[in-house]
Amino acid sequence: MDALVPLLVVVPLATAFAVVALANLPGLARGKSEGGDRLAGAAEPSRHRALSLLVCAAVLANLIISLVLLRADVGKIYVGGWTPIKALGIELVCDGLAKLMVVIINLVALVSIIFSWSYMQRFTKVWLFEALFLLMTGAMNGVVLAGDLFNMYVFLEIAAISSYALVAFGCEAEELEAAFKYLILGTVGSAFILVGVTILYALTGHLNMAKVHELLPVVGQTSPAVLLAAAALLGGLALKAAMVPFHAWLPDAHPSAPAPISAMLSGVLIKASGVYALARIVFNVLGPSSEYAAILSVLGVVSMVVGMFLALGQQDFKRLLAYSSISQAGYIVLAFGVAAHLLVTGGDRSIAALCVFGGLFHLFNHAAFKSLLFLSSGSIEQQAGTRMLKEMGGLTRRMPVTSFCCRIGALSIAGVPPFNGFFSKLIIIIALALAGQLILAGIAAGVAVGTLLMYVKVQRYALEGEPTGAAISAREAPVMMCVALVLLAVVCVAAGLALLPLRDMVFGPAEDVLLGSAGNLTGGVTP
Amino acid sequence: MGIAIYILTFALLLIGLYGVIAKRNVIKIILGVLIIDYAVNMLLVLIGYRRDGVAPIVSADEDVKKWAAASVDPLPQAMVLTSIVIGLGLAALMVAMAIRLYQKYGTFDMNEIRRLKG
Repeated sequence: MDALVPLLVVVPLATAFAVVALANLPGLARGKSEGGDRLAGAAEPSRHRALSLLVCAAVLANLIISLVLLRADVGKIYVGGWTPIKALGIELVCDGLAKLMVVIINLVALVSIIFSWSYMQRFTKVWLFEALFLLMTGAMNGVVLAGDLFNMYVFLEIAAISSYALVAFGCEAEELEAAFKYLILGTVGSAFILVGVTILYALTGHLNMAKVHELLPVVGQTSPAVLLAAAALLGGLALKAAMVPFHAWLPDAHPSAPAPISAMLSGVLIKASGVYALARIVFNVLGPSSEYAAILSVLGVVSMVVGMFLALGQQDFKRLLAYSSISQAGYIVLAFGVAAHLLVTGGDRSIAALCVFGGLFHLFNHAAFKSLLFLSSGSIEQQAGTRMLKEMGGLTRRMPVTSFCCRIGALSIAGVPPFNGFFSKLIIIIALALAGQLILAGIAAGVAVGTLLMYVKVQRYALEGEPTGAAISAREAPVMMCVALVLLAVVCVAAGLALLPLRDMVFGPAEDVLLGSAGNLTGGVTP
Repeated sequence: MGIAIYILTFALLLIGLYGVIAKRNVIKIILGVLIIDYAVNMLLVLIGYRRDGVAPIVSADEDVKKWAAASVDPLPQAMVLTSIVIGLGLAALMVAMAIRLYQKYGTFDMNEIRRLKG
């Protein structure tokens, strides 16, 4: 089983480079004569189709591996034959939390790549898109599996660089502008993350997360140098997670990307390289303290509220979704912050576990329904030719499948029972109330109402009524796009219904990792 | 030496940050980002530095303990190489994007490159 873990990173990276190489091989049918050229022209599309199939197969293989790993018993993997004695080498850690994250990443990746089968037809050089897409997926798998800080940084950068290029993929003026802003802010954020990693290395002499965690109390967890490192790390990662006030790039970058990439960025990238990394650093490296708990809670609450208000005013469907991502990511971070607070103050462990469970479950759910909504916005944009809510209308009549799935997504994110979003928000609110944070629970409930309003607006303008404006000539989206939407809609419904078995199987081990009850799970070897 | 070099590195970081925040020209912003990159690389090299240290190459007949007491820390050097390569990739991407931006907007001024709003 252990041999499967590196494949999660290796398969996408290798396939990405193979795709570039294969797409550029001189075609066999390319002759010198006029007729030969025409033949080559006919052979090109079929070769690109074959490449797309290869990409789909790679992503599917990844999803299968991550599902197999979910139930498997895997230890730490030492890359390059380094012995585990001194925790020197590169280490991959496939613990409960990482298992959960790789399933989410590869699930959304598979659905996005199925969607892009038809959606990306309007772009040229689709193989470039596929190569970048695979790089991003592989790098995100790497981020969640990395057992040492520097590796995490490198994978963060690979994921980030490919996402910069993907946001600019259309090469239109607005896309370039959004990508450039994202690129500059993202790079500054990464630089600060590296500063934090460097300081931690200078203090402890180790990069291995578990070792650093072990040695930090020796240095003193509140020594100025540790706090400086923590500030650099938390600032950089909050920028990656688009927490308010570091969110300025997100509402430009996410809507500008092609729809499958918007789904990947909002659905998993801000979580894998932002929220997940924040949680990992705070809980498993720095060790929770009241300062970090306060920072997480404040970031969470502010993002939740500000994101919701900004989203309510939007008329652009994709922009609205992007702002709502900020708000929903706020829920997750707030839940983690309160859990850290409980751990520090010696509160009830089971309530802290409930907080973390709510946060992780919301992370999973948000990946499912936000990708679903972004994909349906892409399908609407392609078929109706507009992203403005007021120019749509009556799409239920014209695009029944897309509208139905879009409605499921909207109901899920708005927190309507029995969909998954209802349960995760309910768990978070109950956990906050049990933790004694009644004000925070009230704010979370208020934001849930705001989210409901936001998506009532979407339904009212885009789906209901008689077909008007751009919707009149809209047709149902191609089959592959509908398949992708239906897959995610099924996940949304099923996750809500299968709440309890999921908690035992998947979320329980992940909670243990963050709360540290199962011992030194982040890796490294106890001396 | 001592603390002064760290302060200089920090000043370099701040200069880069100033360039990113205060300048409105795309090229100057890119330069700011690169200066931040250099500052971070400097920091990485500095934490592995040892005065009068030897290069971290150990030969087969050498006593490892004695070597370790005299050598500079090799790990930050490996890290800084990786970081430089990442910085190169970023610089290439930034410049490519700047060229495309110029083609679309006909200017390098960030005040005029703002069609996105809300």
